Amino acid sequence: MSDLINKRNHYDETHPATPGEIHDYKEGIQKYTIGLVLAAILTALSFWAADSASVWAPSMPALLAALAIGQMGVHLVFFLHISSGPESTNNILALCFGVFVVALVVFGSIIIMTNLNEHMLPMDQLMNIQIQR
Amino acid sequence: MTVIHHSHANDHSVPYAKRGPAPTNVLVGYGFWLYLLSDIIMFSAMFAAYAVLSSHTAGGPKGIDLFVKGDVLLETVFLLVSSFTCGIMGLASAAKNRNHTYWAALATFVLGAGFLILELQEFSHMVHEGAGPSRSAFLSAFFALVGLHGLHVFVGLVWLVVMMLQVKTIGFSDMVQRRLNCFNLFWHALDIVWIGVFTIVYLGAK
Amino acid sequence: MLGKLSLAAIPLHEPIPMIAGLGMIFAVIALVGLITWKKWWGILWHDWLISVDHKKIGVMYIILGLVMLLRGFVDALMMRSQLAMAAGGAAGYLPPDHYNQIFSAHGTIMIFFVAMALVVGLMNIAIPLQIGARDVAYPVLNSVSFWLTASGMALMNISLIVGEFARTGWLVYPPLSELAFSPQVGVDYYLWALQIAGVGTLLSGINLTATILKMRAPGMGYFEMPVFCWTALAANMLIIAAFPILTATFGMLLLDRYADFHFFTTNMGGDPMMYINLIWAWGHPEVYILILPAFGIFSEVFSTFSKKPLFGYHSMVYATLAICGLSFVVWLHHFFTMGAGANVNGFFGIMTMIISIPTGVKVFNWLFTMYGGSIKFTSPVYWAIGFIITFVLGGLTGVLLAIPPIDFALHNSLFLIAHFHNVIIGGVVFGAFAGYTYWFPKVFGFQLHEGLGKAVFWCWFIGFYVAFMPLYVLGIMGATRRMQHYSNPDWQPFMIVAFIGALIILLGITLTIVQLVVSIRNREKTRCTAGDPWDGRTLEWSTPSPPPHWNFDAIPQVRSLEDFWHSKQPNGEPLQYVDNPSGKFHMPKPSALGITLSFFATVFGFAMVWHIWWLALVGLFGCIAAVIAHSWQTENEVDIDLNDPAHAHGHA
Repeated sequence: MSDLINKRNHYDETHPATPGEIHDYKEGIQKYTIGLVLAAILTALSFWAADSASVWAPSMPALLAALAIGQMGVHLVFFLHISSGPESTNNILALCFGVFVVALVVFGSIIIMTNLNEHMLPMDQLMNIQIQR
Repeated sequence: MTVIHHSHANDHSVPYAKRGPAPTNVLVGYGFWLYLLSDIIMFSAMFAAYAVLSSHTAGGPKGIDLFVKGDVLLETVFLLVSSFTCGIMGLASAAKNRNHTYWAALATFVLGAGFLILELQEFSHMVHEGAGPSRSAFLSAFFALVGLHGLHVFVGLVWLVVMMLQVKTIGFSDMVQRRLNCFNLFWHALDIVWIGVFTIVYLGAK
Repeated sequence: MLGKLSLAAIPLHEPIPMIAGLGMIFAVIALVGLITWKKWWGILWHDWLISVDHKKIGVMYIILGLVMLLRGFVDALMMRSQLAMAAGGAAGYLPPDHYNQIFSAHGTIMIFFVAMALVVGLMNIAIPLQIGARDVAYPVLNSVSFWLTASGMALMNISLIVGEFARTGWLVYPPLSELAFSPQVGVDYYLWALQIAGVGTLLSGINLTATILKMRAPGMGYFEMPVFCWTALAANMLIIAAFPILTATFGMLLLDRYADFHFFTTNMGGDPMMYINLIWAWGHPEVYILILPAFGIFSEVFSTFSKKPLFGYHSMVYATLAICGLSFVVWLHHFFTMGAGANVNGFFGIMTMIISIPTGVKVFNWLFTMYGGSIKFTSPVYWAIGFIITFVLGGLTGVLLAIPPIDFALHNSLFLIAHFHNVIIGGVVFGAFAGYTYWFPKVFGFQLHEGLGKAVFWCWFIGFYVAFMPLYVLGIMGATRRMQHYSNPDWQPFMIVAFIGALIILLGITLTIVQLVVSIRNREKTRCTAGDPWDGRTLEWSTPSPPPHWNFDAIPQVRSLEDFWHSKQPNGEPLQYVDNPSGKFHMPKPSALGITLSFFATVFGFAMVWHIWWLALVGLFGCIAAVIAHSWQTENEVDIDLNDPAHAHGHA
């Protein structure tokens, strides 16, 4: 009877892959292993760089950021299986919107709060009754 | 009403946007993806607070005084490898291989629990040294951000146990497999957030 | 054992909350009595409380919104009457402490439990029908979302009789909202009510986004879907992006209050300004979450009642997406006076002015839709035309306020109050009423009384101007918001006029209730079960009224934008449907998860407010247990057999 009943929202029996699903076991293990190795290398590089004297100190934040973003990319591609097919388009668009918002919240907050703090009077002047009219 | 033949759901000549409702596994996966994005935005607000407050130490200890890089590296390794074993679990469950699924899940659980134990040790050590969250705004932001991540890991572990019980009692039904796929996405997302945490909080500590 | 809770929590010595609280209890008892007498418990439980049908859930959201409108509006009447009296040395009748709770509750209720509830309710009802789907993407989650919102509402209402509410304003700014300056339970009630309701809203955002993106009928690509679905999509994407910021920020304040953290305290390095920054990073997108669906409703109304396709469909879509993106780069305009430098203030001022441009595009498109059309002046059209006039005016004062030097004079004055009420009432409230009147016949199968509907409109329209235009003047004269009394007697005439305006709106609200009662009494005369009382253009009008539980007997195969309208034209081809030879399909089974979670969440929230830790654990574990227990259910679908609609039985 079940093949007569049209499952809600399920027209096709062959079950197309959710973005993120892999059905071939061996190919899957390969992908995960490559991802693990790449991520491990990037992690090791980050930890090494942070303490290393060979990296020019002012460039440290940029280097760490690049390594972190790179590793996030490795995770997205090798663990979360983001692809460029049409089934993934919605996922990628959502991700872009999310990244946009994250960037605004984090960097926007840092810029605004730094600006506010720069413009704030030092505590001794703030507490000076004379300037408060 | 006019009726036509079967749907174009699998017809690749029809643009993806016009193929009609997505199958349930795609639908559930996409909804969970959206939830993960919302969670990452929640973390970003915590990151923003941390970035702003990291210099507000109120005369108390700074990050560089407190953090032990070796422990953080170990935590990172645990979580990264658990992401790998979680991926293996996903493959095993897609192949409906019970034994592999259970072993991979156990490995994931042990590594995840190990991560949490190390983190709790770090927290309790800091509290004992007088560097608890009430000491300063910096420490409040630290404990909240890292603690929120840890809380997610904890919830993940509970979820993993529930999933394994469901594999045992229900088996690899479509519903259980969709949930395992969601768990996979969740666990990998946690590792992605951790990359942000160890880079900004620990490696970036001044 | 009972934490901070004691009998002293009941405000026996304060007549006004006691009367309000007792009135509320009496209303609940009367309702329970009515349901018992009519033996409606079975139907109520089975068909409504555990329903996962988007139409029923939408109706429940709207009922919640309208009920809370009554409470929020009573707060407004109290404020207006107090201010009409308290000029010169007069004290009025509301003590300052109580007044502070009233304006805080008014804002909280109106934004979260009226505007959000009405907008989410209307989206719930219309979206699946407009895209040719049987339900939303996650029906059980939909029920959970509603019930969590109801839990927040319950906590808000309990605070009236047990304890008190926040005295800090509707956004509970620190340092005032920190434990040091607000040790009472009011802020905690606020925070827990909104954290719980916020989870519901976030889940709803995910649900409706997935529905619009992944469940459209075959043939309906992005540019074949109604504009209401586009604006709803943008609003729900904003919910997903913005509400987590609210959750995080309230979470930080809760940690400050409960666990001695120092995010926003004035000592130990805390930074209260960061709260304001973060909360408005949520707060600005929030107002776009409210207005975008209203824009969508007006697009539907204008085109339907002008008998013309919406002018500039593509530009409407791009304008909507532009507003969606831009809404994230203007938030600092809510705190120009907090001390940022001129460059930062200037950037956000300019961005705020830029965001008015896509809105202007929309206004012109609506006007051009009407131009040359064959306009039928039904009550939704009244709301729509009233919206154009009122919202544009409010938008203009917004652009004024977007200029930082001007905002320095007008920030937190009554001018600001007038501005945001101008856009929210003119935009969101008028939109909600338009949507309510427009879709009521679809949901219930009979129409609302048109004459009374127009009377409601006139009361709101005239009442709004009488109530708020004086506030613009007062703001420029120097009157501030959240003011319990004032010394300048020249302001009193304006305050009295404003109070009269509020009374006119009160008449409008009363007439809304009368309209509903009269319409129900007359329902046999206004039956429109064929489903298309307005000669509509979009798919929802192709279903009977009310639609069956499953919306469409067969899934539509869409060929173009406004396929239904084309199918009604003399040379138009009839609608096409996807074949389903067996006539059988699944629908989701009703679920008690939502109401169960709501119960335990309310217990948890109440216990946390009063520091009854053991009870909080009970609530928390109840929630977790309910979710886990529900997850073990494998039989969660019902078979529908169109050849035999009386038989619907469970199926794994």
